[in-house]
Amino acid sequence: MARYASLYFPYLLTDYVSRKQSEYRGQAFVMAVSERGRMIVKAVSPPANKKGIFPGMVVADCKAIFPDLIVLKTDPQRTKKLLTALAEWCIGYTPFVALDLPDGLILDTSGCTHLWGGEQRYLENISARLNAYGYDVRTAIADTIGTAWAMARFGCEPVVKSGRERQALSGLPPSALRLEENVLGRLKKLGLLTISSFFDMPDSALRRRFGPALPHRIRQALGSEVEMIQPVRPVEPYQQRLPSLEPVCSADGIAIALQELLQQLCKRFESEGVGLRSGIFKAYRIDGDVQKIEIGTKLASCNVSHLFRLFEHKIGTFEPELGFELFVLEASKVDQVSNEQGAMWNASAENDVKVAELLDRLAAKMRPDCIRRYLPAEHYWPERSVQEAISLGDKPVTSWRTDIARPVHLLMKPEIIEVAFVLPDYPPIFFLHKGEKHEVVNADGPERIEQEWWIEEGKFRDYYSVEDAHGSRFWLFRLGPYDENPKWFLHGFFA
Amino acid sequence: MQTTTEKREIVKRLQAKVDALQGLGRPADVISRTGFAPFESAFPDRIFPVGTVHEFLSDESSHAACTNGFIAGLASTFLNKDGICLWIGRNRKVFPPGLKHFGITPSNVIFVDLHKQNDLLWAIEEALKCDALTSVVGEIRDLGFTESRRLQLAVEKSGVTGFIHCHKPKAKGSSACTTRWRVTPGMSFTPGGLPGIGHAVWDVELLKVRNGKPGSWRIGWIGNRFMTVDDRRLPDTLEELQVG
Repeated sequence: MARYASLYFPYLLTDYVSRKQSEYRGQAFVMAVSERGRMIVKAVSPPANKKGIFPGMVVADCKAIFPDLIVLKTDPQRTKKLLTALAEWCIGYTPFVALDLPDGLILDTSGCTHLWGGEQRYLENISARLNAYGYDVRTAIADTIGTAWAMARFGCEPVVKSGRERQALSGLPPSALRLEENVLGRLKKLGLLTISSFFDMPDSALRRRFGPALPHRIRQALGSEVEMIQPVRPVEPYQQRLPSLEPVCSADGIAIALQELLQQLCKRFESEGVGLRSGIFKAYRIDGDVQKIEIGTKLASCNVSHLFRLFEHKIGTFEPELGFELFVLEASKVDQVSNEQGAMWNASAENDVKVAELLDRLAAKMRPDCIRRYLPAEHYWPERSVQEAISLGDKPVTSWRTDIARPVHLLMKPEIIEVAFVLPDYPPIFFLHKGEKHEVVNADGPERIEQEWWIEEGKFRDYYSVEDAHGSRFWLFRLGPYDENPKWFLHGFFA
Repeated sequence: MQTTTEKREIVKRLQAKVDALQGLGRPADVISRTGFAPFESAFPDRIFPVGTVHEFLSDESSHAACTNGFIAGLASTFLNKDGICLWIGRNRKVFPPGLKHFGITPSNVIFVDLHKQNDLLWAIEEALKCDALTSVVGEIRDLGFTESRRLQLAVEKSGVTGFIHCHKPKAKGSSACTTRWRVTPGMSFTPGGLPGIGHAVWDVELLKVRNGKPGSWRIGWIGNRFMTVDDRRLPDTLEELQVG
C-alpha cells in the first residue's frame, strides 16, 4: 500500500529570506510582486501575519493597517526554485519527491519510513531538520495525497492510519479538498461548512451543483481514484540505497557500503536475468554535497566482484570531509544477460565474459575510448574503409577485402614528400621523406581513388605501391591530376 | 621391457613438461606446426613455443611495419580462426584491413590505445593474464628486465602468447623473454621475375632463443604461410599463384 507524506511550508519565502538575511529575522515584512500596476502581497512573515496581513492583499492597504511594514520585492518564479531545491534535499528521505505548488511537497514514503523507526519518527526527523534550517513546516502522512495534503494544512493528526481517511477528513473545512475559490464560495453560501456535511451526498448531485471538480477531489482524497504526481528526479528503475546512521568518512567504509549495495543489486539482477551496463554510485555528504563515480561494462554483468573492482579504482576520488550519510547505487543502463552472446566470436561464452571483464577493467582504469575494434566499411577511400564497432558483439556485415593490397601501417595524417619522376602518371624515380632519399626500384599502380563527393569535396588520389633499394615498401599517392602541379604524400608502410 | 622408441617418446613428453615449467612455453598444436617450418630448427625440439613472450626490436618506421606484418603472420599461424587478439600500443599506426593479408581477421583484433609507458605495461600484463585471449601484441618503446620478467610470469600462468614489439628502444638490455627477433625488409619476391611488387620478404634474425640456437633466414609470406625464399621451389609457387 502506498503512503504519502505532505509537507506544508506556511511561510516558505519569508522563512528563506530571514534565514539568508538575519536583519529581517522576527520582523514584520511582506514580499510583493507588481501586478496590473499594483503591488500585491505574495508572502508574509509570521509577525506580519499576526497583524492581519495575508497574501493577496494590496501593499497600499497593508501600509494603511501597519505603516512600519517592510516591503520586499520578489520574483514569481522564486517559490518554484526554492521548492525544487527543498525537494532535492528531501531525496535523502525518499527517492520519489514531487513539487506541490505553491507551498508544499509530496513525498512517496512507501517502504522508506521504517529506516527512521516508523512514520511518526520519520516526520519528526524531517520537521526537526527543516526547523533547524529556519523553515516552519507542517507534515502529515496518509494513504492518499489528498488526505495527507488536508491533514498537513488543516488537521491535527499527523499520521492517518490506512482506511481512516474518511474519519480524518470529516471534521475539516471544504478548503481542505484543494478546491477552486468559486466552488468554495458556493459551498459556504449553502452552509456546507465541513466536509462531513456533503460527504454522503451522491456524486451526481454534487457534480450538478458544484461542477466535476468536487466529486473528483473527494474520490482522490478517499483513494478510489488514483492521483499521479511527477517526481523532481525520475526514479531509476534499478536503484539501491543505503543510509548510514553515523557519517562514513573512510575509504574502507565506502567500500563496505558499495559491496553491500552491489550485492543487493546483483541479487535483483540475477532474479530478473539482466546485468549492468552502466552504473552510478552516489554518495550524499552531510553538508548536502553529492559526489558520484560512474562505470560502464562491455557486456551486461551481474558479477559482484567484477563490478566492485571497476568501482574500486575510483573510490579514492571521494572527498568525505565530514562524512557521507547516504549511498545510492543506480544502474542507469541494464541489458539482458543472454547465453547467445557465446556466439560472439564463436568462442565459448565463458571466454567472452573474461574478455569483456578485462576490457571493462582497462576502460575503468584508463579512458573508455581507448578500446577500439573495427569493422569493414564499404568505401574505397582508405580513411573511411573501416568503421568502429559499437559493441563487442558486432559482426562484420560485409567481408574484409583481400583483392586490393592495403598497407599494414597507415599514417593518421599523410606526410608530404618530394618526388622526382620522368613520365606523367608513372611512379616516381625517387622520393624524399624526412630528409631521407629513397630510390624506387619496383612499383605498382596507379590505383585511383576518387573522393566521395556526397561526403566530402576534394581531389582524387592516385596511389602507388613502391619499393626502395633496401626492400622497404611504401604507399604513396599524388593528390589531384598530373598537370596541376600536384603534391605527393606518403600514406602508409607495407610489411 | 620397453622398447627404445617408447622410451624416447616418454623422454620427449617429459622434456616438453620441463620446458613448460622453465617458461619456454608449451608446444604449438601439431597441425599448425608446419607453418613454422622455415625456422623451426632454431627451437628446442624443433617446436615453436607458444604461451610465452617473444620480443621484437625495430628501429625505423618501415622496419616497424615489417615487424608487425611478421608478428601478424606468426600469430595467425597458430591462432585458430576465431581467436581473440589484443593489440596494445601507443600512436597506433596499424591499419586493420592490412592485417587480413597475413591471415588475421581484423574484426577479431581489439585495439587498445594508451599513451603512458606505465599504463601500457599495466594493460599488457593484465591482458597476458587473461586466458580467454590467444595472443597479445604490445607495442612499447623499452622493455626492461624486471618488466619482461613480470610479463613472462603472467603468461606462464595463463598460456597466452605475448609479442612485445620494442620500437626504437633506448637500450637493448637483457630480458626474460624466450626469444628476441629483429625483422628487416628484403627485396620482394615475384615469381618468374615479373615486374612490380611481389610477395613480402623479410630478413628475419633470431637474436636470442632460450635452449635453442639463434639464426637468420630470408623468409617470404607466400600463399598465407612462411617460406624460405632462398631454397624455394619456384614451379610450386607459380602454380599457387595461378590458382590464387
